[in-house]
Amino acid sequence: MEYACLFYVPEDASPGPEVYAECMAVAEEAHRAGAMVNARGLEDASSATTVRIRDGKRLLTDGPFAETKEVLSGFFIFECASLDEAIAWASKLPQSRYGSVEVRPIRALDP
Amino acid sequence: MLGRIFNDLDRAEDAVQEAYAQALDRWPRYGLPENPAAWIMVSARNAAIDALRRERTADAKRQLLANLEALIHADAPFDGEAMDDRLAMIFAACHPALNEETRIALTLRYAAGLTVAEISSALLVPQPTVAQRLVRAKHKIKRARIAFAIPEAADLPDRLHDVLRVVYLIFNEGYASWTHSNLVRADLCEEALRLAELLEKLLPGQTEILGLHALVLFHDARRATRVDDSGEPVLLERQDRSLWDGRKIERGASLLEGASRYRAGPYLLQAMIAREHATAATWKATNWRRILDCYDSLIDKDPSPVVQLNRAVALAYTQGDESGLAVLDALGARGALVGYAPFFAARAELLRRVGRRTEAGAAYSRAMELTHSFAERRFLQRRLAHLTSLESLTT
Repeated sequence: MEYACLFYVPEDASPGPEVYAECMAVAEEAHRAGAMVNARGLEDASSATTVRIRDGKRLLTDGPFAETKEVLSGFFIFECASLDEAIAWASKLPQSRYGSVEVRPIRALDP
Repeated sequence: MLGRIFNDLDRAEDAVQEAYAQALDRWPRYGLPENPAAWIMVSARNAAIDALRRERTADAKRQLLANLEALIHADAPFDGEAMDDRLAMIFAACHPALNEETRIALTLRYAAGLTVAEISSALLVPQPTVAQRLVRAKHKIKRARIAFAIPEAADLPDRLHDVLRVVYLIFNEGYASWTHSNLVRADLCEEALRLAELLEKLLPGQTEILGLHALVLFHDARRATRVDDSGEPVLLERQDRSLWDGRKIERGASLLEGASRYRAGPYLLQAMIAREHATAATWKATNWRRILDCYDSLIDKDPSPVVQLNRAVALAYTQGDESGLAVLDALGARGALVGYAPFFAARAELLRRVGRRTEAGAAYSRAMELTHSFAERRFLQRRLAHLTSLESLTT
């Protein structure tokens, strides 16, 4: 069974290197225990766009998903060249019609 | 350690964070390196070098933007890459993933070339707020990878609509400023006109761009007569038509030549309505029948309450005030315009004309409560005072 652990943090939090070091330690430990699958950081919330389709019309909101009556139910990761491509994929997901899809870039990792 | 190498703690810290982030991504997938501490150190140095390289690229981009702005201001001929860059910049600035006020600020900054100080005074928003909006927007454009590109043909109509809307909003803010004590803001009108012209040169043959350009020209031609010496609005019927800018009207009319209302989009239709007003020799000579026809077509495209309100006014001129009032009553009953000052102002005028003065007075008062424009409020006050003085004469 795989489990996703999702981070919820105050919007203005700016974690220092010690937070990354701690995450690393957990990753290392989980790796040794054979429990590590994947972990990624997201760009901050101000880079988010929320996509909703209502009556066949696409509505974009500048900013993160902020509806307290809707809850997180899953995620896709798409590889795209631009935000428009990502929004196009998000718009194909049925959740965009009865819920919201927040499109947030994954923090870039230069090799 | 890195702090010493780079002489810049922020930069070193960023680099270390970046290295940890990379480790978090790579180690679980590819296994732990033999010497994790050395790996972090080497990655951090590479990340710092990359960051410096990116900054240099950013400098190059800033230079590109500066060059483009210079091009926009100089009346250089439009050709080749610079043209595509400029258009791409406008599309990025007007991207629907940015909120509207951000789009307006970005467009004024990077497409119209205004400074932060100029945008601040144009939008009546404090300079730090404008600067913050621009920084946030640039951050989002960069982080979320909003493309500096002209959208695919299939997406173009939708996206063009967003671009036109931003130009329209800039003009509207200039032409009927809600927030400023001066009703008309020449600077914003001119920026909008310049942007419309630019779009038309960049994307020739798009009828909605022609429509917006013509619409702005017709309205702008009347700018000098919209307010009197004390800054108060003057009704269209009282404006001195001899002071209208004939060249702008001619230019607008030539843009609309051969356009048919049956195949027109919302901007072209609004331009056709504005043309009727701008080319009528006198107020009495206004062809309300043709205006009403255009509103009928416009309602097919955009059945919003505001369009219905304007159509009701045209209806009142063609079929009588009572017909117009009936439509306004129906609109009011649906509650869509309960907070919209022009609805109550229009209703007040029609009520006054059919002699229902008490109700007209109440409607003027409601419009005064609702308007955000000082000039508009003074104007309404005068109409109300006029009404009550008539009242005292007849009773």
